Amino acid sequence: MSKIHVSTSINGDAVEYLCEPEETLLDVLRNRVGLTGAKEGCGSGDCGACSVALDGRLVCSCLVLAAEAEGKTVSTVEGIAEGENLHVLQQKLLDHAALQCGICTPGILIASKALLEKNPDPTETEVRYWLAGNLCRCTGYDKIIRAVMDAAAEMRGA
Amino acid sequence: MRFESPDTIEQAIGLLNTCEGTSRVLAGGTDVLVQLRLALVEPELIVDIKHIAGMRDITAEDGGFRIGAAVSGAEMGEHADLVALWPGVVEAMELIGSTQVQGRATLAGNLCNASPAADSVPAMVAANAVATIVGPNGTRECPVADIPVSPSKTSLTKGEVITSIYLPARPDNSGDAYLRFIPRTEMDIAVSSAGVSLTINCDGVVTQARVSLGAVAPTVLVVEDASSAIIGTKLEDAAIATLQAACSAACNPIDDKRGTVEFRTKTAGVMAKRAALIAYSRAGGSK
Ligand SMILES: Cc1cc2nc3c(=O)[nH]c(=O)nc-3n(C[C@H](O)[C@H](O)[C@H](O)COP(=O)(O)OP(=O)(O)OC[C@H]3O[C@@H](n4cnc5c(N)ncnc54)[C@H](O)[C@@H]3O)c2cc1C
Ligand code: FES
Ligand code: FES
Repeated sequence: MSKIHVSTSINGDAVEYLCEPEETLLDVLRNRVGLTGAKEGCGSGDCGACSVALDGRLVCSCLVLAAEAEGKTVSTVEGIAEGENLHVLQQKLLDHAALQCGICTPGILIASKALLEKNPDPTETEVRYWLAGNLCRCTGYDKIIRAVMDAAAEMRGA
Repeated sequence: MRFESPDTIEQAIGLLNTCEGTSRVLAGGTDVLVQLRLALVEPELIVDIKHIAGMRDITAEDGGFRIGAAVSGAEMGEHADLVALWPGVVEAMELIGSTQVQGRATLAGNLCNASPAADSVPAMVAANAVATIVGPNGTRECPVADIPVSPSKTSLTKGEVITSIYLPARPDNSGDAYLRFIPRTEMDIAVSSAGVSLTINCDGVVTQARVSLGAVAPTVLVVEDASSAIIGTKLEDAAIATLQAACSAACNPIDDKRGTVEFRTKTAGVMAKRAALIAYSRAGGSK
């Protein structure tokens, strides 16, 4: 079968790739584009480790075909920091020790960034519901929630 | 497998109709991609419908709303007028999966996946929603209730695609609600569920009602005895008790790890009772 040619924009850079029709966006990001930030925890939409923003909308990249990214913009965790400067959310996850193995962290970052863009002043309950599709086997969630609340407060102040 | 993303519905139908093997329409892909991954289906052809004009639009029409087949749950939740008119349908859609799944999942996909536990379906059925279907023989309208025929099977024929779902206008003083029972608070599949849509008059008396149940039979159920139990009442305790009993009596569930027959039968009645009370207060009734 001939491969599909896809032109897309990833973290602001024009990117082209060839993919198989059955490949997911997650497969292509990791195996063809070399962006290994998004992780595969389950491959079935349950864990959120593969979260990316597709045309600004939070999605699981394991549930998107790579061919669907044609003409779209994709944002991954690699685009969150500005050069050497960590994003507030990244800094707060570190400050609150809100990660251990780090597998869930890229997904948590992308998902909470999407939340704060939509709702800069979320309640704790809103944060917990928004992140319900981001599983973490290490932290017990509390530190993550506190880090996101703290980042939201700092970003509102800034 | 071949992947196509046509710009017109005619092209989409042509592709689906001439494909000799298995084909799949791709909307949000939150069921299709999981099925591909698990090799539950190995289609020859995938037709992405998201580039077809109108598929991503929510349009006001004759006092109701037409929802394109590729509109995501997140987009429905952001549409204030739609939420105001059919809060129960939107809340049912928003119960599906996580924020990430909401970014992609569609009403039409939930319907066509034909799971007995599909959350948006009882709410759409209570709302008397109608699907517009285009196929090789032209366009037809079909009540949402008549689309699922058994688990994973729909009444759509080869080459047919749902292009939109219409949620009709409703009289003043109407309300709807959807509730499901799950063992957790998020990210789970309904053990039993109920959708209720009703209209009241200025005295708070129910004049129209439609009650449906999910996850307690091979397909969504419409429970006429439950609607007649509350029409003409102000949802007094006796009327609510009759509605609840009628719902439990209509159940024909399976036993599985999520719930026994007995548990599903009981909770379906409880979900319907609570959904009726929420719909009543959304309609402006006070108890
Ligand atoms: C993590 C996770 C959690 C979930 N939780 C829930 C839940 O709580 N409740 C629930 O009900 N579901 C749940 N689902 C299932 C799924 O998200 C829903 O069924 C969703 O609404 C499917 O919509 P879609 O657009 O993604 O469908 P797709 O995957 O694109 O399609 C689903 C099926 O419908 C067909 N189809 C799609 N659109 C059309 C059309 N316009 N015309 C004809 N056929 C069409 C497809 O060919 C396919 O067979 C969950 C899924 C995941 C991955
Ligand atoms: S890998 Fe995509 S949700 Fe788990
Ligand atoms: S830090 Fe290990 S899964 Fe979250």
